[in-house]
Amino acid sequence: MSKDELRILCPNGHLGFAPTKEASFYIGAKTKPDYYCCDSGSDDIGPGPLGADISVSHYQWQKHDLKLMLLASREQGVPMIVGSAGDTGTRSRVDMYVRIIKELAKEHNIPDFKLAYFYSDVDKGYLKEKLDKGVVIEGLDGRDSLTHEVLERTDRIVAVAGIHPFVKALDMGADVIIGGRSSDCAIFAAPAIWEGFPENLSYYLGKVLECASFCAEPYGAKETVIGTITQSDVKVTAMHPDQRCTVASVAGHAMYERANPFYEYFAGGMLDMTNCIYEQYDEKTCRIKGPKFVPVEGKVKVKLEGSGKVGERYIGIAGVRDPYTIKNIDQVVEWSRQQVRERFGDTGYQLNYRIFGKNGVMGEYEPIKKIKSHELCLVVEGIAPTREMAEEVTMIATRQVFYARLPEVKGTAGTAAFVVDEVMPASPAYEWTMNHVIPVDDPMELFEVNLIEVKR
Amino acid sequence: MKTLKLAQLAKTIRSKNAGTDKITFDIIFKEREKYELVKKSKCITRETIAGLYGIEPSRISDFVEFDPAYAIKFTIVRSKPSGSPGEGDLFGCQQYPPLLNIQIPVA
Repeated sequence: MSKDELRILCPNGHLGFAPTKEASFYIGAKTKPDYYCCDSGSDDIGPGPLGADISVSHYQWQKHDLKLMLLASREQGVPMIVGSAGDTGTRSRVDMYVRIIKELAKEHNIPDFKLAYFYSDVDKGYLKEKLDKGVVIEGLDGRDSLTHEVLERTDRIVAVAGIHPFVKALDMGADVIIGGRSSDCAIFAAPAIWEGFPENLSYYLGKVLECASFCAEPYGAKETVIGTITQSDVKVTAMHPDQRCTVASVAGHAMYERANPFYEYFAGGMLDMTNCIYEQYDEKTCRIKGPKFVPVEGKVKVKLEGSGKVGERYIGIAGVRDPYTIKNIDQVVEWSRQQVRERFGDTGYQLNYRIFGKNGVMGEYEPIKKIKSHELCLVVEGIAPTREMAEEVTMIATRQVFYARLPEVKGTAGTAAFVVDEVMPASPAYEWTMNHVIPVDDPMELFEVNLIEVKR
Repeated sequence: MKTLKLAQLAKTIRSKNAGTDKITFDIIFKEREKYELVKKSKCITRETIAGLYGIEPSRISDFVEFDPAYAIKFTIVRSKPSGSPGEGDLFGCQQYPPLLNIQIPVA
């Protein structure tokens, strides 16, 4: 027996990254949606958090946002689903969210409920075995297929879940689901598909809801939107009194943070939005028809994200004001590099200079080649296997900007201005080592769903 | 011929990471006429963008004129994944400014 329509509330495009705005959340909650769903992760934040297994969101904000969803959904007796827990969706982040949910239940004396959670972490040994057996773990976005060497350099890997573990958790009777790393759209598509709605519209529903009010105008993040799915269309409505979901804002959002506005890939297939028809349904609501679901041919491919540590890192900062030095800044950098080379040789460390005032922001893409600024700021990044070495590499490089030897410089007391005469420890350097897909016989082979009872 | 800067015609010009390996650029217009004008001017193509950013056209993985949103969108493959050593723009969100001054012939 499937429902005629299903309404899903999304309070935030990245739960905890900045707190959910409460007023529009309560306006939405008052309409009694069927589900409260939210994504809590991103690969936008760089490889560091996954590699180091930390959150970048503030703990109190994460708890605040989970509290809003938990209290509203439990009061109504409808499910709540969160995916990509704690920014990265690793095991430790899922455990942390499960702990927060239990704490909140206790603090607010919430009646017993069922809590499901799943992990997305992928063991390196498992992937090594796959490679040994000749399984091709295909690279995305022009990357080569995974090699033993790249796997070896990787410290932590998560698989990006499709709808499968969420559907399984709903089958198990979960009231609250905390997911490991997941496709944003799967968090919303899963309950819709589970409730009997068509796949094409369900995935589109997920696509349009995942960033909450980013699909509304005027611009204003962290505001609640509600998506409604029927057997024939999807409608999305802004809850903030001053925001509207318009054809322009919803179609515009189809492009956001994605290489191509027409195709969305996830474990199990692809959503083709080429023939989507957008129409203004009412003042605050846009209606969408016509997305197409293209199921994967052959085995389901699950995306893998991996991060590997490059080394310990220090940062140094040097300012330059002398016009002659500015003109010869490349020579200054070469001098500085040479001093590090003399101490440490050519390899075994990395040294990068970003020159603000020249091309610090855009680097190789900067079309303006001539320096127009009267002052420059050099940010020196030194990376090495140990903190001691990283500090020394960065220290030599930064201080030698001060001692740069140029034939005609007027000032001889120092060729750089320092804010502080030291270099600063930064978070270790990581890199995205994996952006790949692995073929699996059963999409659940990478995700194990657990169910517990949270008792009063 | 009279020209206007792209910034005078578009409502939104932005860049942002699209996954770990790409930066995507959106040029969005409020009015259909302005969108059509820019589209027809052929001032924004895979080739002109490659020239502006000093990259091979093959580095542009996607180039789309997206009618429902009155938008032109293209995507560049990064030389290194986001956040790698030497990163200058972790979110890829300050790579759009060279687009602001593209001159578009008007009438």
